[in-house]
Amino acid sequence: MNQAMEFGLAMLVCAATASAADPIGIPDAGRQQELIDLLRQDCGACHGLYLTGGLGPALRPQDLHGKPAESLSEVILRGRPGTPMPGWQAFITASEAGWMVERLLKGLPDDR
Amino acid sequence: MIVERACIAGALILAALSTAHAQLRGTGDLGIVIERATGSVRIVDTSARAQIGRVENLGDLSHASAVYSRGGRYAYVFGRDGGLSKVDLLQARIENRIMQAGNSIGGAISQDGRVVAAQNYVPGGVKLFSAETLELLADIPAVHGSSGERSKVVGLADAPGQRFVFSLFDAGEIWLLDASDPRRPKIEKFPAGLQPYDGLVTPDGRWYIAGLYGEDGFALLDLWHPGKGTRRVLPGYRQGEEKLPVYKMPHLRGWAVAGRRAFVPAIGRHEVLMLDTETWEATGRIAVAGQPVFVVARPDARQVWVSFAFPDNGKVQVIDTETAEVVRTLEPGRAVLHMEFTPRGEAVWISARDDDRVLVYDTATLEAVAQLAADKPSGIFFTVRAGRIGF
Repeated sequence: MNQAMEFGLAMLVCAATASAADPIGIPDAGRQQELIDLLRQDCGACHGLYLTGGLGPALRPQDLHGKPAESLSEVILRGRPGTPMPGWQAFITASEAGWMVERLLKGLPDDR
Repeated sequence: MIVERACIAGALILAALSTAHAQLRGTGDLGIVIERATGSVRIVDTSARAQIGRVENLGDLSHASAVYSRGGRYAYVFGRDGGLSKVDLLQARIENRIMQAGNSIGGAISQDGRVVAAQNYVPGGVKLFSAETLELLADIPAVHGSSGERSKVVGLADAPGQRFVFSLFDAGEIWLLDASDPRRPKIEKFPAGLQPYDGLVTPDGRWYIAGLYGEDGFALLDLWHPGKGTRRVLPGYRQGEEKLPVYKMPHLRGWAVAGRRAFVPAIGRHEVLMLDTETWEATGRIAVAGQPVFVVARPDARQVWVSFAFPDNGKVQVIDTETAEVVRTLEPGRAVLHMEFTPRGEAVWISARDDDRVLVYDTATLEAVAQLAADKPSGIFFTVRAGRIGF
């Protein structure tokens, strides 16, 4: 078995394990902090540190209101063709994206 | 009684004199480090390699930038939240501060130092202010199309002839603004191409170049002969190769020109592109460690330093401009956001956001020689910018 296949299989096993053990896909506390930091700092590069918008649109609860969570997850994972929004699926699993969307819809702590 | 009064007066004069002496200094080796999360700046001395002051309450400084009064005493700090603050470096205090927009991305200062321009995303446009008082002189909405929509403004820079030049991200245009009469600016518009994401004026003040995100290439405007219009540079530079994801937009200001050769970041390729500034033809590409964000030349242009987008933002690479080869890969810290050279380039200051520190590298030995604490540091701006076109 080559390395790429091995890696792919390992990812599948991980994904399966994660969803089996944790159907709503809540990342552990350490990973949650990483994802919040990612939202603030790296998403924030285009969307603003407080997600008030920049080159990318604002991502506060009032800005996302009425948008289906699944399609927001899809944008995080696969990006938006025709815009600068890249897909982040190399760094974020589907369940993590779902958790991030949930957090965005509620509003991040300390947001303005 | 009289003697007593004279003594008091003398003591007061002495006290005033000694205070004045203690504070008397130039600003040519000063600068600021933006602390993006806390809305503060540290004032630094690049000779002492030390912090000499800190100024707080500057608002949301994510993606903040600064320009300098030509005397080098005041920094105009543009915040994301639309705040424009005039900071006195010598007294480490805010001289004046206004909220000028809802969402801002930076600014520029005019050739004569009298007019400060801010570029805004919301509401999309440019505003001109008195550098002295921050009084609003003109409001230029970036309106495009027939519906009166406003575009985000990017790539604002000063140009000789008391002009400013900037790009409209959503409209795909370049606007050239003559601020000779800053209350009644004149505007000329040029096509740029799809989604210009940033722009710059060359160090000689002749060329404005806008990077395009929506298509392969750059738009070029000759500021000596704007009537000739824009032309496309490096069209199709990706040559049908796969476009890699861009997790952070490159910045063009502070671009690198060494002799006839310019070095610019590719978009969606882990490469630095080289082009000839006489012919504007591609002359080569240099493979680098990730998506380049800043590609900046040491002031003598012998080296070009490159920082990168997530996830390669822990690295900095140094290119020898003579051989066009990467000569060193450095790992200054986690989340490198900016690099700024001292006026003559013996050192470069590098901010490492996630390590809460700024590192000073000797550019001859490529070794770190000092470090300073800073809270989530991002942009570093030295007063040498006061005298440079396009900064």
